[in-house]
Amino acid sequence: MKSGNELTEKFYRLFRENLPVIESVSSPLLNTFRGEAMERFLKSGIPVRKNEPYRYTPMEAYFEYDYHNYYVPVSANFERIRNFKCDVEDLDCHTILLHNGYFPESGVKLDSLPDNIWFGSINEAAEKFRPLMESHLGKYCSRVDDGLVHLNTALSPGGIFIHVPEGTMVEKPVQIINLIESDQDVFNQRKNLIVIEPGSVFTIIICDHTLSLNRFLTNTVTEVYVGENAHFNIIRIQNEHNNSFKITSTFIHQENNSSVSSNNITLHGGLVRNNTFLFLSGQDAQCTSYGLYLADKMQHIDNYVNVEHLAPGCTSNQLFKGILDEKSKGVFNGRIYVARGAQDTSAYQKNNSILLTNDARMYTKPHLEIFADEVKCSHGATVGQLDNDAMFYLQSRGINRDEARLMLMTAFADEVIQKISIEPLKHRIRELVIKRLRGEVIRCTFCAVKCN
Amino acid sequence: MLVIKNLRATVGGREILKGISLEVKEGEIHAIMGPNGSGKSTFAAVIAGRNYATVTEGTVKYMGKNLLEMTPEERALEGIFLGFQYPVEIPGVSMTNFLKTAVNEQRKHKGLEPLSASDFLKLMREKKELVGLDSKLDNRSVNEGFSGGEKKKNEIFQMAMLEPRLAILDETDSGLDIDALKVVANGVNKLRRPDNAFIVITHYQRLLDYIIPDVVHVLYDGRIVMTSGRELAIELEKKGYEWIKNEVENSGIK
Repeated sequence: MKSGNELTEKFYRLFRENLPVIESVSSPLLNTFRGEAMERFLKSGIPVRKNEPYRYTPMEAYFEYDYHNYYVPVSANFERIRNFKCDVEDLDCHTILLHNGYFPESGVKLDSLPDNIWFGSINEAAEKFRPLMESHLGKYCSRVDDGLVHLNTALSPGGIFIHVPEGTMVEKPVQIINLIESDQDVFNQRKNLIVIEPGSVFTIIICDHTLSLNRFLTNTVTEVYVGENAHFNIIRIQNEHNNSFKITSTFIHQENNSSVSSNNITLHGGLVRNNTFLFLSGQDAQCTSYGLYLADKMQHIDNYVNVEHLAPGCTSNQLFKGILDEKSKGVFNGRIYVARGAQDTSAYQKNNSILLTNDARMYTKPHLEIFADEVKCSHGATVGQLDNDAMFYLQSRGINRDEARLMLMTAFADEVIQKISIEPLKHRIRELVIKRLRGEVIRCTFCAVKCN
Repeated sequence: MLVIKNLRATVGGREILKGISLEVKEGEIHAIMGPNGSGKSTFAAVIAGRNYATVTEGTVKYMGKNLLEMTPEERALEGIFLGFQYPVEIPGVSMTNFLKTAVNEQRKHKGLEPLSASDFLKLMREKKELVGLDSKLDNRSVNEGFSGGEKKKNEIFQMAMLEPRLAILDETDSGLDIDALKVVANGVNKLRRPDNAFIVITHYQRLLDYIIPDVVHVLYDGRIVMTSGRELAIELEKKGYEWIKNEVENSGIK
């Protein structure tokens, strides 16, 4: 295995060799961040075991492999995914299809939806909305010293930008379907920015699917600004194969009275690490962060949640549940930070996991730092097996063992699924979870791509 | 229907059942009475197939088959029902879904088509009425938030839904007020048929005022020490279990 220094060196070399290409496809604004980010990366490096937040998910193993890097999209493949259709029935939303994080349609890179919502390439937006971008881009992710975030800032050729203007109630969610497909092993780094102006309501669904069996590593950073009285709802569905390694870092900044609901549903994936940072910066802001993780084989799913109460009167709630089978590993880190002066804070956290085998592992750690006095705070974590008494009760009514297990696991997972506010999506996810727990491959039935 | 010969079982290495022999015929109601710790619940657990008790000796034949080789669900499908002393709360599993799955598993076993949603709801309504269960069950999880009485009535309701051939009611009467007790007894009396049988396990004689047993057994220290007609229950109520203990010790059965 390469040492930490060798790995850092490798990415520094990659940076030097490819900087001209990356800069040529990126907007000048994005390029202004690269030098400093690389300097910070050189100091922090790829997170290893001694970095506390990555203690149970050291990253060297995923980063030492030599991937092919795409800094410019390969348009030949777009045809193949054009026919992709999401199979969630009755899901009425604006759909944006991406291929390895890029827009398939060359030409139309920034477009407006009804209600003057802009969505499109962050590079195009950086030109068109320069002052807006300058006031948000890099502001939230740079608060955290994480080598992977710095690496993303240094190397990412771009990603998605969404702008929801003031006072806009967007009824239809925007669904971003990112299809990961290549005949090469790819390392992909996307950088996204979502700006929701005061008083707006916006929902985004992000679905990640892998369509080819190559080895993929994705390191995505998403920054979100949620203005005063705005409401933002983000639902992530992660369904990738065992050779796919995915790191998402989401930084959400909240102003006064804003509310945010985040839901990470991880159905499948070799490695999944979700970093969710919620900065409650305005008074009386609220956030909820939910997650469900299902893992088997050698899969490794890590949810790191960091809620910072920076202003008085804010409420936060975390609920993460998971079922781990075979030799899989789960990790949950829930940090709650209450700043001095953030009085009348309420912060709750719960993490429950079920281990189906003796080899499955769950590492769960609450982490509370409280510097204010008027604080209501609670946390709880359980790791256990399926309830034997409940199993016997079901079996004694003639329900076979497998079905009884499935009923108990589904019931366990349902507490999180219930929180999904979009009905058709909730039903579909419930179906997918049941299929997943039955051990059936989750294949999107109407998908034209037919990946396997 | 059920023939038990010299059944011995241990729990955690300790022998709890020390050679029980018993025969239950179709159409009969048997009561098993006994002081606390005599092995009544372990006996029910062994018949229903719960794995905390280990059978070390003896045979249990049910409808001519070796019951001890069957899984709990196979026993249920063959018509055995256990009414739990402590019904388990299962959050997140809806009563409707649970019962529908159970009923349809039984139907599948009998080679019948699954019930349609409307037929199932109709069946639920009928059986609720039959046993006099007035609690709302839709949108509720199995036993979750049910009062003690509701839980026991729910057991009887499930029994009515599944129409077992042999029902074992493990202290279904304990902790019940007189009205709930009547619901339980009433359920048994209504479901009684010439081709099914009941084993009613109880600590008190009270339930047997409403369910008239054909045979009463007294279980003491893992053995059936007395078997008689209904009058035994009445005598026990009068004289208490001390009487049994003395009788057993004097007769030198130990």
